[in-house]
Amino acid sequence: MGNTHFADPDIDLTLRVNGCERRLHLDSCRTLLDALREDLGLTGTKKGCDQGACGACTVLLDGKRVLSCLVLAAQCDGRDVTTIEGLARDGQLHPVQEAFIRNDGFQCGYCTPGQIMSAVALLEEGRAGSDEEIREFMSGNLCRCGAYPNIVAAIREAAGREGE
Amino acid sequence: MRPFEYVRAGDAAAAVALVSADPQAQYLAGGTTQIDLMLKDGVIAPERLVDIAGLPLRGVSRRGDTLCVGTLTTMAVLAADPVVAGRIPFVREALLAGASPQLRNMATIGGNLLQRTRCRYFRDADVTACNKRTPGSGCAAMRGPARMHAILGASAHCIAVHPSDLCVPLVALDAVVDIEGAGGSRSVPLTQFYVLPGDRPDIENVLEHGDLITRVRIPLLPAGTRSGYLKVRDRASYEFALTSAAAALLIEDGTIVQARLALGGVGTVPWRAREAEEILNGAPANDQTFHAAAGAAIRDPFTVPGTAFKVELAQRTIIRILQTVSGARS
Repeated sequence: MGNTHFADPDIDLTLRVNGCERRLHLDSCRTLLDALREDLGLTGTKKGCDQGACGACTVLLDGKRVLSCLVLAAQCDGRDVTTIEGLARDGQLHPVQEAFIRNDGFQCGYCTPGQIMSAVALLEEGRAGSDEEIREFMSGNLCRCGAYPNIVAAIREAAGREGE
Repeated sequence: MRPFEYVRAGDAAAAVALVSADPQAQYLAGGTTQIDLMLKDGVIAPERLVDIAGLPLRGVSRRGDTLCVGTLTTMAVLAADPVVAGRIPFVREALLAGASPQLRNMATIGGNLLQRTRCRYFRDADVTACNKRTPGSGCAAMRGPARMHAILGASAHCIAVHPSDLCVPLVALDAVVDIEGAGGSRSVPLTQFYVLPGDRPDIENVLEHGDLITRVRIPLLPAGTRSGYLKVRDRASYEFALTSAAAALLIEDGTIVQARLALGGVGTVPWRAREAEEILNGAPANDQTFHAAAGAAIRDPFTVPGTAFKVELAQRTIIRILQTVSGARS
């Protein structure tokens, strides 16, 4: 089997974003983050440090949380991407979104989409066993406002541990 | 950033042929270091990326007392492996102490071995003096502020640290790297895989251009052996090590029968502490032995003012992990 070359610096690819197939013709240098924001108009995913240090750009790729600033869009051909825009169902917010609102889990809000995407994945991974575990497994998401206590409270509540 | 061509590898042989034939080509796997250094820092500029993510080099399998790890296995998958948790738990601890959950879902084991240093001067294209980027240009870290730098295996030409946590228990375990190259396949012990900087810090390991790591083989610890990984850093999580230590001890009737010890955060390469192991083997498992081992581990350090504190910190890290693993400290 040979290699698949893209002699053109541009490439064709298909992303399945929040359940919808999106065909794109992009520069091969395009990151997933820029493809989502600039090409697909999905600006919910935020660009913070743009080099893998802050977590603001966290999305789910095939159900796993990743940093979209350090993935080439080309690497995501044919794969499932879930962004903050894809969490709500029939106008109903995701339970983690609801919990962030109830617990005031943000201040300026810039890191919030990444925090929520990471929290959704954390619950899926079963890492909400204690506040200490939540903090450790949310450590890839920085909040410069320092809303951490309320973020932990929101995740604790979404995990069904609010009475503890 | 320079534009590059993106190629999806059809199979391992085709990928090796393509990269071997093109000095400007590089493999792309998880990309967490590479995309950063290319697109963001502008420090490396391959003209062609050969994406190997679709190759069947993923997954963990056990063969007797060896764990075979496909090069594309992610850090998250290896950390979740039950054999790792049961038989080499310090590998799991090191994996979970590294990076963040997001990065551990992306980064691969082969890529972890090959990750580039976090030296701020290496990663700043505006700094001209970096022998690792431009041989003969000097070392800015020797003159400027240095903290996250090496004290072992270093030279006046380069004090950049190998940043991996995972590689610390892997060198302690005598893991073996399987390599596919244009000239065929070969295997190299991880302890002989890395090259000290000397006067050519741009040469970091024994790989030839076009060589592809296909698998890492990790020997399991004998039953009854206890192990642990301790990482000391400026933040509680999501930070590179100032110092770290991986220790495995088999203790019978208070005597250390077999010791394995390696250090991170202090070496230009993942650092196997063989002199310390010699002191530990056959000695009583007590504080006197642990202090002697720590002293032997950090012999003739190469320090600059910013890194001098690491000598004592590394020794204390060693003593603490030996106390913990031996059960003297819970």
